[in-house]
Amino acid sequence: MYPARFSYQAPHSLDEAIALLADNGEDAKVLAGGQSLIPLMKLRFASPSLLVDINNLNELGYHHQAPDGSLHVGALCRHVDLERSTLLKDAQPTMAAAAPVIADPIVRNRGTLVGSLCHADPQGDWAAVITALNGSVIARGPASNRAIPITEFVTGPFSNALAPGEIAVEAVVPPPRGVRKGGYLKLERRVGDFATVGTAVALELSNGMVTTAGIALTGVGGATINAEEAAKALIGGPLTPETIRQAADEAAGAARPRTDHRGSAEYKRHMVRVFVTRILNNAGEQA
Amino acid sequence: MTITVTDDDTPGVPLNRIAFTINGARKRAEVEPRLLLVHLVRRGLGLTGTHMGCDTTNCGACTLLVDGVPVKSCTMLAVQADNKDITTVEGLASQSELHPIQEGFTKEHGLQCGFCTPGMMLAATALLKDNLDPTEEDVRWALSGNLCRCTGYQNIVKSVLWAAEKLRAEKLREQQ
Repeated sequence: MYPARFSYQAPHSLDEAIALLADNGEDAKVLAGGQSLIPLMKLRFASPSLLVDINNLNELGYHHQAPDGSLHVGALCRHVDLERSTLLKDAQPTMAAAAPVIADPIVRNRGTLVGSLCHADPQGDWAAVITALNGSVIARGPASNRAIPITEFVTGPFSNALAPGEIAVEAVVPPPRGVRKGGYLKLERRVGDFATVGTAVALELSNGMVTTAGIALTGVGGATINAEEAAKALIGGPLTPETIRQAADEAAGAARPRTDHRGSAEYKRHMVRVFVTRILNNAGEQA
Repeated sequence: MTITVTDDDTPGVPLNRIAFTINGARKRAEVEPRLLLVHLVRRGLGLTGTHMGCDTTNCGACTLLVDGVPVKSCTMLAVQADNKDITTVEGLASQSELHPIQEGFTKEHGLQCGFCTPGMMLAATALLKDNLDPTEEDVRWALSGNLCRCTGYQNIVKSVLWAAEKLRAEKLREQQ
């Protein structure tokens, strides 16, 4: 399979990349890891006339924690960098749990977190994780530099809020107000398959009390599901068997699964309940 | 010599010039941007040891090393190989000897039909460069992006462990 014909530019600065995108409007696409875009182009689901390859912009390959405690992930930070990150292991349990289960090891060598958010696949993993963490995406254009909350960034299946000429330069997770707990559990038929069910839970605890909670689901609806009611069941108190059960029930209720070759709707909903319970029980034991 | 690889004889199709190293040899090529790396390697350079399996980023048969990192070459553009150092299965053995990973595959019967083998060996080579003493679990993890439809995983894992042992022994001898 070949992509449709396109022109290719590999700029050496972000300004140059933005200028190329701005000059070419909606016909231009950014190529980062390419692990979703190139397959889409081969299937002719996407046929941009210009690809702006940002792989020379090594300055975007970072992930680091700012002095205020916020986490910044650059547009060229690859899944493998996050999988091997010592920073995430301690500071970001939900992200640390997700990184090793994205696609497969070889795809993780190329694919990027920010690219995955831009791709906005309803079965993608990172959008659920960043939603649970209440993160945002920084978009840069010729005259803009704005932070877009993830829930507004993903506007629907395979569509995002970037304006023509804008590039997503980084993802940001806000600083924690307490100790971070949580995890990501994914049910897949085999390594590299899309999530049958993916569940991201992110908590912040202070003196044993849950101060912030986010729960987001993937693979169980036409889009990433932000299970706000489930998260609310946890906020303001300690993790108890009762609050955990309530959150798990709410999350299962928020799921909109469909029966398909990966499993029945009932089974998927059940797995949401199981996964939320499992992650919260684990967080409670550590707390 | 510059290799030109294009399927398109439409006049005016833009070609990008790239320069890269493959299995130690410097090469120049003119490629259409939409040419996939696997096609540059197989058709442009005639290195047919790299196999094209699923063409959908699943099977890993087309895996090769780009700057030492395993990549599915059906999911990377040839034009992105500019300034890169590529290793294919043809680059593993020396003139006189097989690479330990190749030797492992022969000793432990690590292949049946052989289609997935080049990708398996390159993914395994990258693992052993990082970790000379992998557990069985480490090997399975590192190869989980490569599919074998003969389902000969058992012996593939054994082959990699065999190569790891040989490489450890070689290293120990060098140190003595």
